[in-house]
Amino acid sequence: MQKNYFDHNATTAIDKKVLGVMMPYMEMQQGNPTSQHSFGRHARTAIEEAREQVALAIHAHPSEVIFTSGGTEANNMIVHGAAIKQRKSMLVRSDIEHPCVARPMEALKHQGWKQALLNVSQDGVVTKETYKNISAENISLVSVMLANNETGAIQDMALLHDFAKEKKALSHTDAVQAFGKMDVRFDELHIDAMTLSSHKIYGPQGVGALILNKRSDIEPLIYGGGQEKNLRSGTENIAAIIGFGKACELISESMKTTSTHTLELQKILEVHLKDLGAVIFSEKVARLNNTTFFAFKDIEGSTLLTALDKKGFAIASGSACSSVNKEPSHVLLAMGIDEDLARGALRISFGKKNSVTEVKDFIEALKIELQTLKQLTAIAA
Amino acid sequence: MIKDKARKPIYLDYSSTTPIDARVAEKMIPFITEHFGNPASRSHSFGWTAEEAVEEARDEVAKLVNADPREIVWTSGATESNNLAIKGASHFYSTKGKHILTVATEHKCVIDSFRELEREGYTATYLEPEPNGLVDLEKFKKAIRPDTVLASVMFVNNEIGVIQDIEALGNVCREQKVIFHVDAAQATGKVDIDLEKLPVDLMSFSAHKTYGPKGIGALYVRRKPRIRIEAQMHGGGHERGMRSGTLATHQIVGMGEAFRIARIEMQLENERIRKLRDKLLHGLQDMEEVYVNGDLKHRIAHNLNISFNYVEGESLIMAVKDIAVSSGSACTSASLEPSYVLRALGRSDELAHSSIRFSIGRFTTEADVDFTIQLLKEKIYKLRELSPLWDMFKDGIDISKVEWAAH
Amino acid sequence: MAYSDKVLDHYENPRNVGTLDKDDPHVGTGMVGAPACGDVMKLQIKVSDDGVIEDAKFKTYGCGSAIASSSLVTEWLKGKTLDQASEIKNSAIAEELALPPVKIHCSVLAEDAIKSAIADLKSKQGKLN
Repeated sequence: MQKNYFDHNATTAIDKKVLGVMMPYMEMQQGNPTSQHSFGRHARTAIEEAREQVALAIHAHPSEVIFTSGGTEANNMIVHGAAIKQRKSMLVRSDIEHPCVARPMEALKHQGWKQALLNVSQDGVVTKETYKNISAENISLVSVMLANNETGAIQDMALLHDFAKEKKALSHTDAVQAFGKMDVRFDELHIDAMTLSSHKIYGPQGVGALILNKRSDIEPLIYGGGQEKNLRSGTENIAAIIGFGKACELISESMKTTSTHTLELQKILEVHLKDLGAVIFSEKVARLNNTTFFAFKDIEGSTLLTALDKKGFAIASGSACSSVNKEPSHVLLAMGIDEDLARGALRISFGKKNSVTEVKDFIEALKIELQTLKQLTAIAA
Repeated sequence: MIKDKARKPIYLDYSSTTPIDARVAEKMIPFITEHFGNPASRSHSFGWTAEEAVEEARDEVAKLVNADPREIVWTSGATESNNLAIKGASHFYSTKGKHILTVATEHKCVIDSFRELEREGYTATYLEPEPNGLVDLEKFKKAIRPDTVLASVMFVNNEIGVIQDIEALGNVCREQKVIFHVDAAQATGKVDIDLEKLPVDLMSFSAHKTYGPKGIGALYVRRKPRIRIEAQMHGGGHERGMRSGTLATHQIVGMGEAFRIARIEMQLENERIRKLRDKLLHGLQDMEEVYVNGDLKHRIAHNLNISFNYVEGESLIMAVKDIAVSSGSACTSASLEPSYVLRALGRSDELAHSSIRFSIGRFTTEADVDFTIQLLKEKIYKLRELSPLWDMFKDGIDISKVEWAAH
Repeated sequence: MAYSDKVLDHYENPRNVGTLDKDDPHVGTGMVGAPACGDVMKLQIKVSDDGVIEDAKFKTYGCGSAIASSSLVTEWLKGKTLDQASEIKNSAIAEELALPPVKIHCSVLAEDAIKSAIADLKSKQGKLN
């Protein structure tokens, strides 16, 4: 069956042009970039070119780009690295951070660090008042994601910057979901560190980056051969890094077009969803143009999900990482959404190849499924 | 253009990294183009297909080392595996004690993980190997203390290729109730590994040293008796909480295929490679003042590490630019320090400086070896003609007795 | 490490490799560096009666930059007076060969070799006089 992929916040299909630049690195002799012979030097040059492509896409300096095995590692690295290096007792984050920011902070509790949470509003954003509520001093790191993976809600980075400046803390934003979907300029955000992932922007899986401004000093997470200026040891994943670089270059070119396109799809989708009685989360705040997180009251989310998958629509319930467990989305709970409603939440995230027809087909399929489910519920009742 | 440029020198640096086997690449590509799902996505078939492939690959990795697939945890590579095993187990069992034991010739990422634990308050012992590179069992035994929590010894050394007696060392650890970690990055596809028999608790693997892709590795974590580790990377709870992060499906698939091929072909391949290595050894040993570093008997077939006395290392590397080789480990060759591995064997700085590691692999031909012998003979002759030390040696002066003005 | 074309040229085709008779009163020999440091340079100059360097030879155990540095100074030394020779600075050598920062010590060593050779010559001639 024809598959309609509406789960671009989980992962994206690699762009053919990206694959094109990666192929030579998968098919022929490639050196270890640390080696001094020509194979090694060639690999080194290619990595440095990719570093420039990444830097250019987000307006950072190439020396600020540290390649990692992905967003999870970059987030772990900044949390662990800032805590250990800064030696200040407090870590601050929003209560809707991805688990790979939240869990490392929690793990550090065992080693004596304390954690303070910035509670998001009903719309899923951290407000100025929330920042004011944090009275703690001695903060190593404050981390607030740029755009949420589930709701798509965009946070005000100026507030994060002001707070970090006032507290003399390092600031970090997880931009994994935002990058490629909105304009992200590291130099203008005045944030110390930022996390990027390749496989959310039509690049390969298994690579990401921590963007760390030159003034910030952190401890590594992985020790060894001293690659990435001693901050991330391990033989570089050349093919993936080259692919990531190319994906960054492509995203810079196509971001505006894609964003306009997914906005159109999002508008069509949401008009119909509301018509069908859906609640759309974070609807009132600035949101990614591709993400719609919604629920129907009294409709079991996972049943709907399975039914829609059978009809060829790949969508998600909450984030992919936590979809293993049946717990309601922690993001929605943090927003104070009713647990039952939260349990039924579904996420649609569009990508550049989705079409209006697909969206319309989806709505038709959804109507039918809703009808069936409502009948079933009526019988059960 | 890239192809021409890259093919010209003869590649004899397989211990640094290997090319991806064409069969591996072929298997990987569909997982980049078609089956691109996130294996953690449980709500649609894109995710399921990816997950299935990931589990199939896990089976293949487990099979090569005769382990249970549930004992295999994916990581971004051997560096991460070593960090995770050493820090993760030492942290988890820290109530037992805070002494950790390794060997001075371990890979940098093992040494640096130990150094990090020392900063955290652990005490570390870096055991000196014998001059042949092997660990003395008695010395190893003596180095273990009542508060020793973990010992880490590599299976095969990356620079000199010597194979440690992992079974004997593991038995010592078992008796003393010490967690035993083995870095096997250089061992897969080169030596038989049977984790059902070997008394090893944790073992690190890399794909790109065994004709798989870079950026992927694995850690074996024994189930019976069960070994626990503290995660170093937290998040979505992937890999049963031991290692979070979206897994690169195509890379995992590549590692699985690379390890499958290794399992099937290693015996024949090792025989062929041993012949080539021996030919290279005999060819080079024709020259005067040539020293093999590390034990020749307990050694993988793929490695020859050899010092050319009275020739400086870097100029030697420049002289042999038509072959791609390493002087010391690739990971440290950016620095000007002589190889710490060779120094630990008691080699003088001069001999350590003038060492070359030849590592032979799947695509090395006999013609490559013939060319290499010829090239080395020519270049060593030329450099020795340039070398004041060679003159002195020929004049019968003992260089170690000369008083050199430090600069 | 990326070497400049000039370093590569001197390394591939070293000038004035060889040995002069160290017992000749017109020959000064300088040997600097140490095997343990990875560089040993032997530089010899032959000086005419009117104090002009008419020949220079070297042998070097060391990296490409060390070989190039010593090869280069043998070229520069010929035709110079001892005073002119002693004015050769390591910075000039480093600049000519475009040595990277980690290789500056090679040029320092070459300058030391010149000084050492001149000193040897002077001490020999002092003894003769």
